[in-house]
Amino acid sequence: MNHGIGIDITFLSLATLAVVTGWRVFRTDSMVRASFFLLVSFIAVGVIMILLAAEYLGVAMFFMMAVEMTVMALFMVMFMMNAAGLNPMNMVHQERIAIGAGIVGFLVLGAMALLAAFPDQPVSADLEPVRSLGNEMLGDSMLIFESAGIVLLTTMIGVVVLSSHRGRYGAAAVGSLPPGLEPGGDPAGKLEEDEEEESGGHQHHHHH
Amino acid sequence: MTLTTLLLLAAALIGIGIYGALSQQSFVMLMMGLELILNGVMLAAVAFWAFSGAGAPEGQLLTIIVMAVMAIEMAMGFALVVAVFRGKQADMTESLTGLKH
Repeated sequence: MNHGIGIDITFLSLATLAVVTGWRVFRTDSMVRASFFLLVSFIAVGVIMILLAAEYLGVAMFFMMAVEMTVMALFMVMFMMNAAGLNPMNMVHQERIAIGAGIVGFLVLGAMALLAAFPDQPVSADLEPVRSLGNEMLGDSMLIFESAGIVLLTTMIGVVVLSSHRGRYGAAAVGSLPPGLEPGGDPAGKLEEDEEEESGGHQHHHHH
Repeated sequence: MTLTTLLLLAAALIGIGIYGALSQQSFVMLMMGLELILNGVMLAAVAFWAFSGAGAPEGQLLTIIVMAVMAIEMAMGFALVVAVFRGKQADMTESLTGLKH
């Protein structure tokens, strides 16, 4: 594939951006900022895909990641105690093993990239990537494409089942305690008769 | 922009993702690590498609499938976060010591 120095410079800056923002995801105090750093990393990779003539995939990446990371930021605000990053935060476990595993992963994959001999068969100039992808998805590989759709539908059903408040066997929150209003205090909004009922055991049915 | 540099970038993204997925205590941050790994995988797939695969359409299809995997991972991850939060009032991996309800 012949290209000018401009593409190389763009690629290098995008690659640096992708790696640096990817690294910052795990080094920032703010969870919301972390999800937007990840978004920047994804967009940089999407632009690289467009540079590689995979326009459809690059643009699909923009749309998908913009929505996904916004949802992620919303979840951060909903669930994290420190979403805005007002306090320094470093919530990690087994960090040395994790750093080691990351470095080993990079070295092994990087060695493969440097040492392996891959065939040199670039995309021909007259190929229309979007058209060929569309023909493949709705042609020879239609079964794979449709299977992905079915799996996504299954995921939607599973997600609703997992996250719904009430299931077939009663409330999803049975047995859980809300946090106290003060540290070590009584659970907030919990009636005392609920606790007595729980100590009666779950095995037998109550007939009131 | 050669196949080697693209694969090195993908390897770096995957390495950072492995670190994040193994080290983070918050479920959502852990998912971000998994996303970074898949980001690197997609980049490597497109790089192979563009430089080594002679533009075979299956290369792009693989990337679409990885994107679907990513969407599934996000959706199931968030559903699990909601379920865990409802049960344990927490989103830390340490608060889960078993699979009991």
